[in-house]
Amino acid sequence: MINYDLVVVGGGPAGMAAALKAKECGVERIVILERAETLGGILEQCIHTGFGLHYFGEELSGPEYADRFIQQVSASDIDVKINTMVLGISDAKVVTAVSARDGLMKIQAKAVILAMGCRERPRGALTIAGTRAAGVLTAGTAQKYVNIDGYMPGKKVVILGSGDIGLIMARRMTLEGAEVKLVCELMPFSGGLTRNIVQCLNDFNIPLKLSTTVIKTHGRERLEGVTIAKVDDKLQPIPGTEEYIECDTLLLSVGLIPENELTKASMISLDRITNGAVVDEMRQTDHDGIFACGNVLHVHDLVDYVTLEAQTAGEGAAEYIKNPVNTDDMKYIDTVPENGVRYIVPQKIRLGEDKDVKLYFRVGAVFKNKKVVVKADGELISSKKKIKLAPGEMENVVIPADVLKKLDAGSSITVRVED
Amino acid sequence: MIYDVAIIGAGVSGAMIARELSKYNLKIALFEKANDVAMGASKANSGIVHAGFDAVPGSLKAKLNVDGCALMPQTCKDLSVPYKNNGSLVVAFSEKEMKTVWELYYRGIANKVPGMEIIDKTELQIMEPNISDEAVGALLAKTAGIVCPYELTIAAAEVACENGVELFRNCRVAGTETTDECVIMNTTVGKFKAKYIINATGVHSGHVAQRAGDNTINIIARKGEYYLLDKSVGNLVSKTIFQCPSDMGKGILVAPTVDGNLIIGPTAADIPDEDDTSTSLDGLKEVRTLATKSIPSVSTKYAITSFAGLRAHDASTDFVIGQSKSNPRLINVAGIESPGLSAAPATAKYVENIIVSLFPGVTLKEHYELKRKPPVRFRHMTDEQRAKIIEENPKYGNIICRCETITEGEIVDAIRGPVGAMDVDGVKRRTRAGMGRCQGGFCGSKVVEILARELGCDVNEITKFGKTSRILFDKTK
Amino acid sequence: MKKEMNCISCPLGCLITIEYEGSTVISIKGNTCKRGEQYAKTEITNPVRSIHSTAKLIGGKHPVVPCKTSLPIPKGMIFDVMKEINSLEIEAPVKIGDIFIENVLGTGANIVATNNDSGV
Repeated sequence: MINYDLVVVGGGPAGMAAALKAKECGVERIVILERAETLGGILEQCIHTGFGLHYFGEELSGPEYADRFIQQVSASDIDVKINTMVLGISDAKVVTAVSARDGLMKIQAKAVILAMGCRERPRGALTIAGTRAAGVLTAGTAQKYVNIDGYMPGKKVVILGSGDIGLIMARRMTLEGAEVKLVCELMPFSGGLTRNIVQCLNDFNIPLKLSTTVIKTHGRERLEGVTIAKVDDKLQPIPGTEEYIECDTLLLSVGLIPENELTKASMISLDRITNGAVVDEMRQTDHDGIFACGNVLHVHDLVDYVTLEAQTAGEGAAEYIKNPVNTDDMKYIDTVPENGVRYIVPQKIRLGEDKDVKLYFRVGAVFKNKKVVVKADGELISSKKKIKLAPGEMENVVIPADVLKKLDAGSSITVRVED
Repeated sequence: MIYDVAIIGAGVSGAMIARELSKYNLKIALFEKANDVAMGASKANSGIVHAGFDAVPGSLKAKLNVDGCALMPQTCKDLSVPYKNNGSLVVAFSEKEMKTVWELYYRGIANKVPGMEIIDKTELQIMEPNISDEAVGALLAKTAGIVCPYELTIAAAEVACENGVELFRNCRVAGTETTDECVIMNTTVGKFKAKYIINATGVHSGHVAQRAGDNTINIIARKGEYYLLDKSVGNLVSKTIFQCPSDMGKGILVAPTVDGNLIIGPTAADIPDEDDTSTSLDGLKEVRTLATKSIPSVSTKYAITSFAGLRAHDASTDFVIGQSKSNPRLINVAGIESPGLSAAPATAKYVENIIVSLFPGVTLKEHYELKRKPPVRFRHMTDEQRAKIIEENPKYGNIICRCETITEGEIVDAIRGPVGAMDVDGVKRRTRAGMGRCQGGFCGSKVVEILARELGCDVNEITKFGKTSRILFDKTK
Repeated sequence: MKKEMNCISCPLGCLITIEYEGSTVISIKGNTCKRGEQYAKTEITNPVRSIHSTAKLIGGKHPVVPCKTSLPIPKGMIFDVMKEINSLEIEAPVKIGDIFIENVLGTGANIVATNNDSGV
């Protein structure tokens, strides 16, 4: 048995920031367990820019953003184990992990931070009929092939899903000489940032077809084409609108799912909307001393917010290591999404919290010129005008400490969209 | 050189026959047109071991199904293939359907199916709490089971090859010519001669027979579409849930798989194209709709993949197994639709008897082994076993597929095995790498890399399943 | 002339309306920061973009290393600059900020590494 104060599962932006913050807060023995061969997580393949504007005040590429933290981790005495996969976490916080180098390891931790990130939704989750030819892959897999492995996964490309990864890959494939025929989006709006539609699609005259989906793949061995169709307001294909597009590759950018296999196996409660753990404002799950942050908790739009959230978790874990409070003895205020708000993280706030708490949330549809209204037990806390709210962008509101002080156990704070 | 026996088609029937015959002092070849074994119906079916009450009493189907079902547990044990005796239920949704259930029961008695029982609504609901409230009763068949159909095929082919059977992949038998002493086969990799050929070519068996001078086999390709659902809903049912066969068709089954997923399907549509395994929006919709009749809470929200397979339905409705009357050098194993998988162990023995009678005095090899050495399955090991095996070979400590916990060591084993994987899907079928909920999103590129390294080729030569199903194009730089 | 455009300076993506005569700007509306104003001006006169791509790497852990233009380059030159990047053969080790090409095609921008590769 190996002993550590803190085990961080995942060495992406969340894991690194959490570990560094915990270190700063005085935690002595910390180890990051990373399943890939380098720290940095998915940022390593995100070679485009757009990272760090909030956190560093400058625009960086993914690897550059990751490197700032990798340098700090290397300069610290935080242990890092790469090529290491965590297989399980016991109730007593014994982490079982495995690697070719170290074999099977049992690590006793005082606290654990889950920072495993997310994965892409695959084809099976959609109903696309047709053949099982090669050439249908997620945009992220394609991104790894192009940016890390240096291979083209296709020449004539159709992209389903206009999330940021889909848009980024439309430009990336174009720059590398592929012909991107079009991007289809099932919804009547794009899930990606406007700037990406401008600089990734419009700049290269790649059409974006909204309310359109791929209904069938063609080609027995390698993909030869897809059939696309318009969808109605129930998102069902409209007969007669089918169109055949010749292509050898279909990239899917149809959503990200927090990777909570470990969390589930540890019987930690999950939020049905975020698909991540239910956490308090320090990002502690309903298991004492087990925290979660980053995309494993809820899918973020910007890595900067991942970093901030991870620092909170790092701080929370440090606090827990010093003073392990039993969650059974804690009382909470609930946060409740209502009217247009899909979810809020954190889902609960500890009673007695004496600092301001930032609530992150996402809306379920595109809203223009609406208000974000926050109430505590029915009483208005804040109301803020918003020119635009979109599901693709994460929003936040701050609940001041003096408001929290006035609330009792079982109180609820609601966030809603109003006219 | 003349082979004693050439088996055409390395599906479950062909592979199981090859294994059974591999114990004799016979020179045997196994021809497969695809890049791997189990590439036809054997990789795309329900994975059900039927009890045997369905087939018409007195038919070959009935006999081989009941015998095969009895042989399956031991066969799977010998081959280290996952098998579970979970039992099956034919559920009735009306008193009229209850009559059909009783008919099936009596047919089962006639077919000598052991362990059947008619159960009422209460018993049914206790047995399967998620069953529809509309269900009124069911036929329980305790001997039914589930098996991994492609792993059974691969394992059988491996054993056959270890015993000296020669497997030729990417080798399509395009034409045959029968002389006084042998059959000459023109294949995509050259000419071969064999004293006898066994036609185990599934949906193509009509054409193969025809090319050998036998026009009596009329195969119709019958497509079945399926959904495979995530393991998180794998325990929605414990037994295989069939619907009552009616004028509207055989219904849709809901069943657990040996790997812990849930499978729903199949549809049944006769199609003209023997190679068309595409799914259709209508077919998938039919599966979704009909499955909820049995289990209302089944939702394809949890789907991880959908696929279609082709059953080889013979116009006679029975299996056609035996020496051809038109060409005595041709042994047909045709019309092998459901319950062909269940029957496979018995089919192999049935064909063994035919071959032995054709080679009077044939002797058993001095050394042969019908069992397969159990492959390393890291995910099923205890921590102690894991620690030990990583010490022996660190590659077992490198997890490649996160969803299914598959190690590099297992992938290397799959590629270097007696019937080694040559493509990404081959690795997937042997190890389950890429079979999980992310469907190879993370591990796909690593599997490609390992395949290229082990096969000694460039990564852009690696295919999904042979031929032109390449994964990657040129280097970017 | 009046033109509407989405600013790409940051993830906000403000919808900017710019009114201009030739290269003289009359008014700019809709932007929420200085960068938006600059973006709109440049976009009507000489639109520029940054390129992020990869260069061939010899002896590295990976066969390619990511790189970028240190400054935005004229939009019309994207594919010309890509050709320059594609002709590179860099030898490991590489550090973030290493300059692969100085003043690429006279644009004033350098092609610089955006990741490290210590080599094998």
